[in-house]
Amino acid sequence: MSIPTDRQYTAEHEWVQLDAGTATVGVTAYATDALGDVVYLDLPAVGSEVVAGQPCGEIESTKSVSELYSPVTGTISRINDAAVEAPEVVNADPYGEGWLFAVTVEAEGPLLDAEAYTALTDQG
Amino acid sequence: MSEDLSTPLHGEHVAAGATLTSFAGWQMPLRYAGDLAEHHAVRTAAGLFDLSHMAQIEVNGPEAGAALDRSLVSIPSQLADGRARYTVIVAEDGGIIDDLIVYRFAADEYLVIANAANRHTVLDALTFRSGGLQCSVVDRTPHRALIAIQGPRAAEILAPHLDVDLDALRYYASVNGTVDGVPTLVARTGYTGEDGFELAVPANGAVGIWRLLLGAGESAGLVPAGLAARDTLRLEAGMPLYGNELTRDTTPDEVGLGRVVKLDHEFVGRDALVARAQSPSSRHLIGLVGSGRRAARAGSAVIDGDGTQIGAITSGVLSPTLGHPIAIALVGAPAEVGARLEADVRGTRQPMTVVELPFYRRPA
Repeated sequence: MSIPTDRQYTAEHEWVQLDAGTATVGVTAYATDALGDVVYLDLPAVGSEVVAGQPCGEIESTKSVSELYSPVTGTISRINDAAVEAPEVVNADPYGEGWLFAVTVEAEGPLLDAEAYTALTDQG
Repeated sequence: MSEDLSTPLHGEHVAAGATLTSFAGWQMPLRYAGDLAEHHAVRTAAGLFDLSHMAQIEVNGPEAGAALDRSLVSIPSQLADGRARYTVIVAEDGGIIDDLIVYRFAADEYLVIANAANRHTVLDALTFRSGGLQCSVVDRTPHRALIAIQGPRAAEILAPHLDVDLDALRYYASVNGTVDGVPTLVARTGYTGEDGFELAVPANGAVGIWRLLLGAGESAGLVPAGLAARDTLRLEAGMPLYGNELTRDTTPDEVGLGRVVKLDHEFVGRDALVARAQSPSSRHLIGLVGSGRRAARAGSAVIDGDGTQIGAITSGVLSPTLGHPIAIALVGAPAEVGARLEADVRGTRQPMTVVELPFYRRPA
């Protein structure tokens, strides 16, 4: 599966796009394939503090619940209300319209480039 | 994973791009395109399921009926030829070993369908309990496949490819026919809450029938459906699942299956069930509904108005058909329909209301 090369990734199957001090975060297609149809998102509140590597929300499919981890430390600046209303967009377009939240970054956690993330998922 | 068994339809699932999962020692399709679409297809059109992992155990011989009567909580020898019954096998202490469907074809010819996880346990129990009786207990699972076609359009999709009259086939009845030249046991049974059929066929005929029905049903909205959709469909229909609601620690009475137990015959576990019936049941199976979209899942504590934990959820999901959370729970005391309880959903208390099962009933 080819993945976008214009962003970075985490071992928790999230993607991070850094732009002018803001990190936009979503989950990868690998994650949505594993989860199945996403039916509920519990995203952190705008203004709340998140810590790199720490749980900050939940993503639920019909079959399972997974924690969302913040890939960076900082303050939540926006969340994707459209995805909260209609979580199916996360399956339909995980790298675009299905983004989850944005963080004003104070510090980055460990991030992988697309090649390293692909190697990780290929290992199964 | 590599030690998992594969069904005769494994290649079809791989070719279709299914997400496979390891289930009860088998590689099974979890979903194809998406579990919600598959769920809705079964409710509105039809879905095709590979259930070849389920155990198919033949019990044949002049005393086959007596052997099953002794082994199960119901009385299969009293079934009419061509009829089937949902039943349970319990241990000496009355705990549930498995739930089963038993088919009677003739006085000396029966088929037992058991859960994949319990195949060897049920086979061993039936073999042991039929000791001394003139019958054979034979595991046919490796040589057979089981395909279910379920949904309001299942009958019209299947009928043209079958040489028997489906209109005459009642719920929980079976008939021998031919599909695509393959001898097929057709049963009007299922685990989805919809009308539908289960087709037991020789393993080498499965791929042809699978392809035939997928092609024939495509314009009617038939899709292949995986275990994820099967689970949400059965839960909406209020049907218990072995491993969730049904365990060795529960008796049929406790999980609302008292109706299948016939205490007026001798069977293994009867004395324990009679003794337990003397004292009030310590567990009760209830249905719960919530609001919002956050589902209480198996393991969540169920809490009463006093803040006391009274039990736990055994299955829970955001119902795809109803749009709100539904759950089955085992609790320590009977709960009135309409009673307001709470579920601990990963640290947050969520109100849930006791309802009658099933959550979903198909339109008449």
